[in-house]
Amino acid sequence: MTLDSMKRKYEPRKVADQKVATSAMIASLAAEGYDTVSAPFGHALIEAARGDDRIVGLSADLSKYTDLHVFAEAAPDRFYQMGMAEQLLMSAASGMAREGFIPFATTYAVFASRRAYDFIAMAIAEENLPVKIVCALPGLTTGYGPSHQATEDLAIFRGLPNMTIIDPCDACDVAGMVPEMVAHHGPVYARLLRGKVPSVLTRYKPDYRFQLGRAQMIREGADVLVISSGIMTMRALDAAEALAAEKIDVAVLHVPTIKPLDLDTILAEAGKGGRLVVTAENHTVNGGLGEAVARQLLVAGVAPQFRMIGLPDEFLEAGALPTLHDMYGLSTAKVAEQIKGWL
Amino acid sequence: MTQQDRPGVLSNTSLERRAWNIRRKALLMGEVQGQGYIGQALGVADVLATSYFHAMRYRADDPEWEGRDRFYLSIGHYAIALYSALVEAGILPEDELETYGMDDSRMPMSGMASYTPGMEITGGSLGQGLGIAVGAALGLKRKKNPAFVYNLMSDGELGEGSTWEAVMSAVQWKLDNLICIVDFNNQQADGPTRDALAVGPEAPKWAAFGWHAQQVDGNDLEALVAAFDTARALPEPKPRVIICNTTMCKGVDFLEAREITHFVRVEPGEWAQALEKLEEGKPQ
Repeated sequence: MTLDSMKRKYEPRKVADQKVATSAMIASLAAEGYDTVSAPFGHALIEAARGDDRIVGLSADLSKYTDLHVFAEAAPDRFYQMGMAEQLLMSAASGMAREGFIPFATTYAVFASRRAYDFIAMAIAEENLPVKIVCALPGLTTGYGPSHQATEDLAIFRGLPNMTIIDPCDACDVAGMVPEMVAHHGPVYARLLRGKVPSVLTRYKPDYRFQLGRAQMIREGADVLVISSGIMTMRALDAAEALAAEKIDVAVLHVPTIKPLDLDTILAEAGKGGRLVVTAENHTVNGGLGEAVARQLLVAGVAPQFRMIGLPDEFLEAGALPTLHDMYGLSTAKVAEQIKGWL
Repeated sequence: MTQQDRPGVLSNTSLERRAWNIRRKALLMGEVQGQGYIGQALGVADVLATSYFHAMRYRADDPEWEGRDRFYLSIGHYAIALYSALVEAGILPEDELETYGMDDSRMPMSGMASYTPGMEITGGSLGQGLGIAVGAALGLKRKKNPAFVYNLMSDGELGEGSTWEAVMSAVQWKLDNLICIVDFNNQQADGPTRDALAVGPEAPKWAAFGWHAQQVDGNDLEALVAAFDTARALPEPKPRVIICNTTMCKGVDFLEAREITHFVRVEPGEWAQALEKLEEGKPQ
């Protein structure tokens, strides 16, 4: 924050003529015209744990806000409340993994990536232990300001050897990633969408199912290829619908696994030629999906016209989520507008 | 559970001799590299002798035996001391001591789980061991495995906030299978521990947090044996801490007398001299 922007706090404000929704801690992403599923993570974990005694759940005082409370109610003896202590959460998960368990540790993405990083790095990743870190409020999904907005979590964990990273788009991804995380040997960091989570991908591709490490074409298109992850795949699909009305044909390649990247699919699609390639991520443009894709394109000698949609290299403002998504270019309208402007 | 799984109890070798052997091996390793955390190794040798040759259950030929007591070295730089104990216990071969700190050695300067049999965790980022031990103790209880988890940490780690997160959690979960050992030599990188943060009064502080706390002379084998016995046998459902007041460089008088720092400087010719000094105090 610059000195000038700090001065804004001394400027009195008036009540806006038109009130928008206030900045809820967990703003709903469901008001997008999609059906929703309630707590897909918690229910998927119950299902996975039914057939696997190794699965336990741990939280640092955020089970209700990570949908782990659903699991805790169904299997109270397999739930561990670690208190408001994220460093302990990760260390203890490491200890349980050493004793043969598969711990799912939940908190907010900011706390895992910033506060507990060294513990994840040394107690979990360095020994490739099967701890599954599942974190709510990824990127810009709350209006609470930088304390709760994990705008750089992917960049942080991309630098960590052994770590697999998932950025799910919708309820189908969230439910589908759980058994794949269990089957994967090693640590996983997964961004979480919780509460009432929209069902997006199966509307466009009825046979879609999450596959760890796989990018999947959700929509074909001849003019533009959007390579996206997380909720930005939803935005890209919605923007593609809007742009279709203007005779702009947009393909959407969904990349829910950020690390390791599905290079074969990404390079094959980006290499087809003749399309503007746009990456879209709910994350700072530094060190996330966009830069990861750009590097691989350059190394492979694939050189399409290339643009990135993502959050700026700033601490973001507080406010209502729709306002902020518009302000920072993540709303459907802004995604469509940016793509159009680049053609 | 049989006595056979507590190798130290059955041995005819005295604890004094075990501690002396650990000191000697540490000096030999220090001589190889011309450096090392020898002050800490000499200071903590009695604690390790009591752990491996009185208290702990393990099988030298099967370091990952499910019934073993877990021993976590939170202080990675004390690896020189633990390698000595692991060799003395027969878990590591003696002839590998000479590889200490060399390329491709299984005994790197800072202890890592992926390098060394018997090294259960990768310590070194201080303040992590006790939290991992909490998780392991929870896991053992979940499996109904009666083994103990020992976490050896330093007084400097009392300054890490994560230590106190783990301290409170261990009480919350009534972890009576967790024994924390604090090597209190009152020396951290920049000077005396007690001059940096108000870590004391140590035992009353841990007790106030809900632990069974003992503070003993960590270079007195009889006191250590009694403290470990008490910690193991305690019926109360609470975690146990043994704060061991140790003297850096214990057993080599001219190093003990030196102005002690975190990283004790030993001149090239002094390693042999230190070994000679140690030899003078060789127990039966």
